Amino acid sequence: MDHIALPFRSFMLEIVRFIGGLGLLTRDILRETFKGRMYWGLLAEQVYQIGMRSLPLVMVTAISTGMVMSLQFGMGLEKFGGKLYIPKLLAVIILREIGPVFTSLMIAARVGAGIASEIGSMVVTQQVDAIRALGTSPIKKIVIPRVLACLITLPILVALGNIVGNLGGLIVGAVELNLDPNFYLLKVMTSSSVQDYLSGFCKAFFFSLFIAIPSCYFGLSVKNGTKEVGIATTNAVVVSSILVLIGDFFLTKLFWIFEKML
Amino acid sequence: MSNDKSASMIEVVDFHKSFGDKKVHQGVSFYVKKGECLGLIGGSGTGKSVLLRSLIGLEKPDQGEIYIQGTGIANMNERQLVEIRRKVAYAFQGGALFDSMTVYENLAYPLREHFKLSEAEIKKQILEQLNEFGLDKSENQFPGSLSGGMQKRVGLARAMMMHPEVVLYDEPTAGLDPYNTKRIQESILKLKAKGVTSILVTHDMPTVYAVCDKVALLGKGRIAEQYTIEKLRQEPSGIMTEFINGETI
Repeated sequence: MDHIALPFRSFMLEIVRFIGGLGLLTRDILRETFKGRMYWGLLAEQVYQIGMRSLPLVMVTAISTGMVMSLQFGMGLEKFGGKLYIPKLLAVIILREIGPVFTSLMIAARVGAGIASEIGSMVVTQQVDAIRALGTSPIKKIVIPRVLACLITLPILVALGNIVGNLGGLIVGAVELNLDPNFYLLKVMTSSSVQDYLSGFCKAFFFSLFIAIPSCYFGLSVKNGTKEVGIATTNAVVVSSILVLIGDFFLTKLFWIFEKML
Repeated sequence: MSNDKSASMIEVVDFHKSFGDKKVHQGVSFYVKKGECLGLIGGSGTGKSVLLRSLIGLEKPDQGEIYIQGTGIANMNERQLVEIRRKVAYAFQGGALFDSMTVYENLAYPLREHFKLSEAEIKKQILEQLNEFGLDKSENQFPGSLSGGMQKRVGLARAMMMHPEVVLYDEPTAGLDPYNTKRIQESILKLKAKGVTSILVTHDMPTVYAVCDKVALLGKGRIAEQYTIEKLRQEPSGIMTEFINGETI
């Protein structure tokens, strides 16, 4: 039985350690964000690195997803004469689900990996120790600018991704499905509600935390050697992506309850 | 803190540290007086660097106490340690320079963090420091483009920017050619002449003889032997001599 029990126990211990570590890191972030000076220069640099440099990836993902979905819905609904519902369906799905989730998964892959490997390399080369030895805080200098930059940029990237995704749908709708572009645009504008926008926006807010905090945690957890940097990078991408996907279900459920109450 | 050592700048009392099952330190005790330089030698894996890191709070002892100017630091949190870290500088083995910053920015970092100085004053201090460490005209270079010796000297120069009272050197001459070793020794001696207390972890015995006042051998989790440099020169015997001659680890 030991050959099953021991790996399971060590896996469970890893999870407990991860949850505890994440909790402590979140506590430190909350404590230090509102205390002392803010490094605006570092924050601006991270906003550029995370936001601007992710823009092409997010745009390509959004437009191709919008185009593919429009095509798939067109093929499916054409049989039932439901082509006219494509703009409405696509708009709601992009705003509520596809936009925030796909953008976040792309950011988890690009930015999560970048954060974990950068911080991990800093740990290995003793730069994090040097920050501490010089009487400053690695949380303030390294972690907080990255977390805040994710919080600022991800909702913006999601909003831009939503626009481009719908544009992709419109292009396929007009070219392949013979839908009038003006009709398509009108339908997108009139059929999407404030709740659709807010739902996607709130998800982006939570997803940015699901990406940034675990990625920083895995980076800071590197102990020795470059091999651990690779492991930390992989863990950051896998865990952030899983948190985004699982979190999406619970957030959708939560917003659904709120909307029913309203 | 024991009374007969009240003049000590650093005192380590019954220091214990383990990593998992491995007991690295099992009751290390020593002290260093103000202005003294202690050479800490010992075989690889005896925990010299761990001990040095503990003196600035980068590692916490499992048991025992570390006093810096009579203040116990073992149970201090990161915020309380800031004041200690302004007095005690750590020169990392590889320099630990911030690779995204130039040499100038690396040296400006502690000044911008801890002092309210004008940019002109910061520039003046940095250029003076670079001159002092023989690093003129390297201020715009990134650490990646510097040689190992220059990186160590920049690391040392950065550690000195806050004018510390204590400097902890982690293998400052490891892997350096004789010319750069000599430059590092000169830098350490200059600081010593200014009254800076220091602990030097090294395997480089010529450097120990050149700059240290006393030398301690770390072995089996404790200070196995400790001598003044004069005594070591005059009466070479015991475990330390065997270690220096490569007859034991």
